[in-house]
Amino acid sequence: MSTYILYKLILVIAVFVISLVIAMYSTYGERKIAAFLQDRLGPNRAGPFGLLQPLADGVKMFMKEEIIPNVSNKFLFILGPGLAMLTSLCTSAVIPWGPDLTINGVKYPLQVADINIGVLYLFGVVSIGVYGIMIGGWASNNKYSLLGALRASSQMISYEIAMGVSVITLIMITGTLSTSEIAAQQHGFYNEHSHWFSWNFFKNPLTFLIFFICALAETNRAPFDLPECETELVGGYHTEYSSMKLGFYLFAEYVNMFISSAVMSLFFFGGYNFPGMDSIANPNTVAIIGTIVMFTKTIFFIFLFMWIRWTIPRFRYDQLMNLGWKILIPLSIVNMIATGILLLATGRV
Amino acid sequence: MTHITITQIMFCVLSLIAITSAALLIFSKSPIHSVLYLIVTFFAIAGHYILLNAQFLAVVHVIVYAGAIMVLFLFVIMMLNLNKETETHKPMWIQLMAVLAGGAMLVTLVGVLKGAEQMNLKQANDVNIGLVNNLGLVLFNDFLVPFELSSILFLAAMVGSVMLGKKTIS
Repeated sequence: MSTYILYKLILVIAVFVISLVIAMYSTYGERKIAAFLQDRLGPNRAGPFGLLQPLADGVKMFMKEEIIPNVSNKFLFILGPGLAMLTSLCTSAVIPWGPDLTINGVKYPLQVADINIGVLYLFGVVSIGVYGIMIGGWASNNKYSLLGALRASSQMISYEIAMGVSVITLIMITGTLSTSEIAAQQHGFYNEHSHWFSWNFFKNPLTFLIFFICALAETNRAPFDLPECETELVGGYHTEYSSMKLGFYLFAEYVNMFISSAVMSLFFFGGYNFPGMDSIANPNTVAIIGTIVMFTKTIFFIFLFMWIRWTIPRFRYDQLMNLGWKILIPLSIVNMIATGILLLATGRV
Repeated sequence: MTHITITQIMFCVLSLIAITSAALLIFSKSPIHSVLYLIVTFFAIAGHYILLNAQFLAVVHVIVYAGAIMVLFLFVIMMLNLNKETETHKPMWIQLMAVLAGGAMLVTLVGVLKGAEQMNLKQANDVNIGLVNNLGLVLFNDFLVPFELSSILFLAAMVGSVMLGKKTIS
């Protein structure tokens, strides 16, 4: 029992540290990618290739003067960024990062909590993620912050519906709510029995597309970054924030991006599965390669997020709402019904 | 002194949180604070559901109430910028009527529960009772008609709110 708790503790700390480090280096990656796409050099002064830039930024964030506006609600003002960070880190608990490790005949799953309602847990944490932004934006007592918070909440509620319906479609295909089982079902790359690829993306690409667009909107990334649209709202919901509290908001966005990339690779691109994994005999080798594969896929999706941000201009607010309510929601419902009919017709249920 | 299990301790802690935040919800002057206390109450109640082995209900409770409905509440309160200065003053007789109605409801509930026989909670000890599989089987086998009827009720409410929200009816 004590080894179990110790093992889980190590795993939790490892996942926590990896999330933060990846989020930290995402800021560096984002600047480098932006620079590449705009034909610039990007950060290159701190350390070799500017690799120490995130550390310098972190120190700057911690050292800056902390300003809490007089007219704001102090408790809620501090609670806001904390809540944003908390909810973004909570989601990593149910993601299986790799196949089970076997040491001395004991199996160690590379997943913090294998709960049978993992998909719903993910969705639940995502749905309360908006409170950090809303509370912070309101507590600032600034009209730009409030507008940003209102935009964030309405955008998240709108895109949560389409995301939920696409997740329902995925659950209909997989028939389970457990994240570890979804990963296990996509074993290998090509299923010899059904003569089709085993990854969920190839079973229903439209679901992935809807999920991906909604994930962009849920993480407030461009082209859906209206809550912090600087041309209209100064800084959006974090206008009044300074020092590490601002850092928490920015960091929470990168952690969210990392987690949603991990979720997309898990739900649609096989998670830790890779082609030819059956030809490797040692399960521990499979586990290590699988974990590397999982992180490679995740980092690819983070890159995709950044690529989109520096390519596509921001939506106008009414365009955003039209896309959410008039295109994505009907499309996801039609997709769900069509998937249901197809599953019934082929006798899968 | 009987043996106290961890479940009982958790039940007491969750109940304390639920009751305290529910009281604060009523007594706090600012509507935003009220909504935030209500969210805390919902989380405590979700914890109670987990203690009763109803994991699915707990998560759905968080998604629907804390994640969607309370966000809408907060959204509306923020948009109207309600605070204690602009709160409309309610006349005395309305407050009195509210107290009377609430009291009558309490008396009814106590009366009903007092007369009810002790429920057999043997089934609640089954760990798998709250899983989606079992819930789906029960909903679509034993309670199909009430389930479908309530979904039609939701649809009607949605259509009604769209009708009310429309500025002009052509």
